[in-house]
Amino acid sequence: MKDDRHTDIPATEVRFPASAESLAHLKAGDAVALSGPVFTARDATHARIVAELERDGMLPHRLAGQTLFYAGPTPPAAGRPAGAVGPTTASRMDVFTPALLAAGIVATIGKGPRSTEVRAACVEHGAVYFVAVGGAAALLATHVLSAEVIAYPELGTEALVRFELDRLPAFVGIDSHGADIYETVATGADQPGGHRGVSA
Amino acid sequence: MVGSADIAAAVREAIPRAAVELRPDILAAMEAAVERERSPRARAVLGQLVRNAAIAGDDRVPICQDTGYVWVLIEVGADQCVCGDLQEAVDAAVADAYTSAGLRASLARDAFTDRENTGFNTPAFLDIVTRPGPGVTVHMMLKGGGSDNASALRMLAPGEGEEGVRRFVLEAVAAKAASACPPLVVGVGVGSTFDKVGMLAKKALLRPVGEPHPDSHVAVFEAELLDEVNGLGIGPGGLGGDTTALAVHVLTAPAHIAALPVAVNVGCCAVRSASIEIR
Repeated sequence: MKDDRHTDIPATEVRFPASAESLAHLKAGDAVALSGPVFTARDATHARIVAELERDGMLPHRLAGQTLFYAGPTPPAAGRPAGAVGPTTASRMDVFTPALLAAGIVATIGKGPRSTEVRAACVEHGAVYFVAVGGAAALLATHVLSAEVIAYPELGTEALVRFELDRLPAFVGIDSHGADIYETVATGADQPGGHRGVSA
Repeated sequence: MVGSADIAAAVREAIPRAAVELRPDILAAMEAAVERERSPRARAVLGQLVRNAAIAGDDRVPICQDTGYVWVLIEVGADQCVCGDLQEAVDAAVADAYTSAGLRASLARDAFTDRENTGFNTPAFLDIVTRPGPGVTVHMMLKGGGSDNASALRMLAPGEGEEGVRRFVLEAVAAKAASACPPLVVGVGVGSTFDKVGMLAKKALLRPVGEPHPDSHVAVFEAELLDEVNGLGIGPGGLGGDTTALAVHVLTAPAHIAALPVAVNVGCCAVRSASIEIR
């Protein structure tokens, strides 16, 4: 790599907690820098949250209006709250997501394509799915200012943890109007030329 | 004679280094890809991955938060004795390495009956095979869940031939690459048996990227398949671009006259492995 200018692209600042209105201008494919609180939740965490949502009729742990980050960090290291933290595959949470967006989750952060049900739920509730780069976890960890265990410490890396982010680099995966970067890529519509898309 | 303690010591030493130092062949391939990429977004993703490798190496933190399950392939040379409880020794080495190096424990006690985290990233997954020559070779890989989930296996009919293999690999990559942390190293196993072809595909990930297959016919097949995989346009991070994979590596083997087993084992942009010779 010759220099950083070769790989840098302008990013839109996003600050959590965010309202649906404040996310409405984002477009699938946009580069963003994410700041503010997010809550880590993976497979086991989702099962717990949804069970409590079904039991109580509301999101536990004051998660309404907040953002879920599909991530299971490594322990603290190098003076940072997590040595490495990056997105896990979002599609594994798809079965839970529409109910969580309906209950008040405003944004999610993960990696990879999602179901048509999640896309529809993003449109219905004005929610956004952000994509962070899988495999860039040491870099992403430098954008985490603090970590605080909120619930389920017995789940280890799957505990519900509140992270304070500072300009974590990401992209808009699904915007609140239903545009989906993965669909754009799969159909070849987004390519500089010569690609036939994954449907071929 | 090689003892289980010698093998466990090799694994113990290799784990923390593999977790924080990106393989030089992978880094070189990624840096070359930055120069070739036409999509600014793809260059931005690759730029993040290159910077990530530098941060991980400098600060001694994991390249990826999914520090994987531990796969250990032990190749035992002719006339070589290996003694001791390998599973117990290697598990102790894994538990010690993961705890002291601050790596993530990512193993459920049982896939079906008990999904509780074992807490020490144990057990390790061991394969023991024989090979000609002296000594013992220990291959060690930290394999992430997201990329392993993108793997696939099919028993083709021999008549489907090379074209069938090509089509199956492309289908498998097209279906799952976007969630498997591209740019990928695509491991392909062709031959052997239903249970062994998956290991062939995984073993193919051990070969350094940029080192051609020794058989020129297979080398050409790999190069053509890499072009086709990259023609899918899935790109780094699955966000579009020219670099869906850094390499396609194929390992072939004998098979039953009725069989053409094919497996794809996907390596993510943080393929982490080491190979150690013990004499």
